[in-house]
Amino acid sequence: MTAAVEFRAVTRHFGNVRAVDGVDLTIEEGSFFAMLGPSGSGKTTCLRLISGFEKPNDGSIRIFGQDVGDVPPNRRNVNTVFQDYALFPHINVRDNVGYGLMVKGVDRRTRNDRAEEMLALVKLSGYGDRKPAQLSGGQRQRVALARALVNEPRVLLLDEPLGALDLKLREAMQDELKALQARLGITFIFVTHDQGEALSMADRLAVFNEGRIAQIGTPNDVYARPRTRFVADFVGSSNVLPPDVTRAFGGPAAWASLRPESLHVGVAEGATPTGTVTGLRYLGAGSRLTLDVAGAEVAALVPAGQPVPATGSTVGLRFDPASLHVMEGEG
Amino acid sequence: MSPAPAILPERGLADRLTALFWRHPRLLLAVLLTPPLLWLGVVYLGSLAALLLQSFYSIDEFSGVVKEEFTLKTYGELFRAQNMDIIIRTLLMSAVVTVGCAILAFPIAYYAARFARGKWKAIFYLGVMLPLWSSYLVKVYAWKLILAKEGIVTWAADGMGLVPVLDAVLSIPGIGGNSLSTSYIGTFLVFVYIWLPYMILPMQAALERVPTSMLEASADLGASRSQTFRTVIFPLAMPGIIAGSIFTFSLTMGDYIIPQIVGNSSRFIGLAVYQLQGTAGNTPLAAAFAVVPIVVMLVYLWVAKRKGAFDAL
Amino acid sequence: MHSDRASLSLRASAIAGLLFLHLPILLIFLYAFTTEEKSYEFPPPGLTLQWFGVAWSREDIWPPLWLSLWVASISTILAMILGTLVSAAMAQTKFFGREQISLLILLPIALPGVITGMALRSAFSIMDIPFSTWTIILGHATFCIVIVYNNAVARFRRLSGGVMEASADLGANGFQTFRYVLLPNLGTALLAGGMLAFALSFDEVIVTTFTAGQQSTLPIWMLQELVRPRQRPVTNVVAIVVFIATFVPILIAYYLTRNGSDIAGSGK
Repeated sequence: MTAAVEFRAVTRHFGNVRAVDGVDLTIEEGSFFAMLGPSGSGKTTCLRLISGFEKPNDGSIRIFGQDVGDVPPNRRNVNTVFQDYALFPHINVRDNVGYGLMVKGVDRRTRNDRAEEMLALVKLSGYGDRKPAQLSGGQRQRVALARALVNEPRVLLLDEPLGALDLKLREAMQDELKALQARLGITFIFVTHDQGEALSMADRLAVFNEGRIAQIGTPNDVYARPRTRFVADFVGSSNVLPPDVTRAFGGPAAWASLRPESLHVGVAEGATPTGTVTGLRYLGAGSRLTLDVAGAEVAALVPAGQPVPATGSTVGLRFDPASLHVMEGEG
Repeated sequence: MSPAPAILPERGLADRLTALFWRHPRLLLAVLLTPPLLWLGVVYLGSLAALLLQSFYSIDEFSGVVKEEFTLKTYGELFRAQNMDIIIRTLLMSAVVTVGCAILAFPIAYYAARFARGKWKAIFYLGVMLPLWSSYLVKVYAWKLILAKEGIVTWAADGMGLVPVLDAVLSIPGIGGNSLSTSYIGTFLVFVYIWLPYMILPMQAALERVPTSMLEASADLGASRSQTFRTVIFPLAMPGIIAGSIFTFSLTMGDYIIPQIVGNSSRFIGLAVYQLQGTAGNTPLAAAFAVVPIVVMLVYLWVAKRKGAFDAL
Repeated sequence: MHSDRASLSLRASAIAGLLFLHLPILLIFLYAFTTEEKSYEFPPPGLTLQWFGVAWSREDIWPPLWLSLWVASISTILAMILGTLVSAAMAQTKFFGREQISLLILLPIALPGVITGMALRSAFSIMDIPFSTWTIILGHATFCIVIVYNNAVARFRRLSGGVMEASADLGANGFQTFRYVLLPNLGTALLAGGMLAFALSFDEVIVTTFTAGQQSTLPIWMLQELVRPRQRPVTNVVAIVVFIATFVPILIAYYLTRNGSDIAGSGK
């Protein structure tokens, strides 16, 4: 496997703020890679370092093995779908899509044909004559995608591509993007703060926190075995157990995570540990219980059809010891 | 088909320059800023420095030749009674014109900001922009026609039987005169007319920022119209009024055409500067006079900035 | 009380205010047709078209007209170049001294014209520069820069910064981005700024009297006629010409920028 993008000890600071702080990262060719993190965690800066709109203060970036420290954005065969789409307001959709070909000197007929192909790919055939302002948010997003893909980039960068869309459209686009990436085989790198999006779309993901990568791995890895409390908190709705509570669950005196769906609620007799039901939320496919276990709040799922204990009652918790994941260190 | 290269080749000078400016963004900034800064720095700031320099020279009273030696004598001359009269008269006129503009501007700005919609919004916008930009001299000239003794005001007063009123106004000592076009009243009217748009625009901008809900809240709380105006609208319009007053005050202070054409031939700072450097040939005193509005405006701007007026510009 | 309708008195005074701003200008037109040439008698005793012919054949009017057109054209071009450069720099990034530069650009119109005029005059006299057409242009271009700048910077602000990056991202070099993205989006704002600068320069009189020496621009010619009138209606004919020469560019500027409020609040 070739590395599409490699970061080696990359640092980028703005004044005293270290937006990206010594990041090492390898993104393999053909993967669908997500950069996940809260705002200000450095994920967007990483994306802009790849496209060339930011330059590292330290470290090096390679794209397909070539150092790009000296290569301006226009010569990187990397295209971006911008968060606000950044469509050119003064030209129509077809010319927007054909722009990348025009500046490379492709003749008008060829680029119109290619633009139409791309519009068909994103299911916008027949929209070529419209101006961007005449399109809906979802349509603009597709034009931005077509405009980037027409250049046959080696890497496609997507900056919160679905952030501006409503929930239903967002879910539909998630599936489409995933299918498109599988079909084209281009490396997709996308930035998001929505852990659900990252988990459902990416092959691999990096969780960013304060300019550093907190964890990198497959969605399943990151979800099931968060390395730090931050990752456990940010990715998914796992129970994060302080050391003394971990001990109550029969583990070592260390921070650990335990997914609510791994906990089975039953009679208190003979179970370790036990907890008091403090709250209950009906979810449709089951109920989510909130329990007090050794002074900490712990969530558990009760599948539909099983008896739901009353609030205030004491219940026993049973689980597969392998699902109790002990984390490294505090952070 | 082999995939396209990850790094595209450099094509020609344009790409090389693009890369150069990308590597050194400051260089691009310098290329962009150098010509305008050279122009403004050399032509404008250089001239202001020359003005300041001139104001520290003096004129030889016998030969009328400018002595190029540093002295404060010329500034001292500003404090002579006749020159102080000019300065005080100018500042008073500027203040009165500013108040006049603020009063006249308010209904226009308020209506345009709060009630005008669609077509009327455009009409009000153009209706203020056109007089603001259109020929200054033509507008002044129009008022000479209006205020002339045989002109339209006298004619209208005659037609409505208001001649005694006009005569009474003109006989007010101090501000009256032979006709409107040769009185302080006339000068004041023309100043207000010419600078009015400069007051309307910032005032409208400030008023447009007042949320309607705030006015409604005031009414809900039982405020009368005049209470709402005094306690809500006026304070919120204040930054706009101050921003507008920067223009009306400064422009009135420096104008020397209007008092020359409409007025009783008493001098204002602008006229003094014009005459001193021209017919009188006393460039140092003219320069010293010109420094007065600069100082006044610097103080004014400093106060205005503290009141937050620049947000409404 | 705060319905969406203004009270009658507010509406009346707002409209009266607008009329106050416009009616005086109409008189200029009326007086160009009067038969009375010695005074400003109202109503005019009779109406005639003869003054347009008289003005046309008055030889002292043509040189100032050509000079004004020439000065306004050159000043506008200079101001457009310099104003665009500085607005591009200001839109680009935050840098040290940005505030000071914006103040410097604003200064020539924030301070009264008599100061700009007197300052230029002092500089010319200290450096022994003789008055010429170029001394007039020097002054005009200086105060026109801010007009172009205001228009351009407002458009830069509205143009989402992303489109310039998008262009580079798609492979355009800096010159292509300028040609295909920046210019089409900035064009109308620049043109509007140029129009306003032209209008401002064409009828400028305050600074010009200090920098013109013996030459007359059209406004200076008018000013002399105002102070010492000869054929008054001829002055009105010239006033109409000056008015139209400023009015038309302003209207064009308005139509070029009417989708935003680019020219709002940009003082002379």
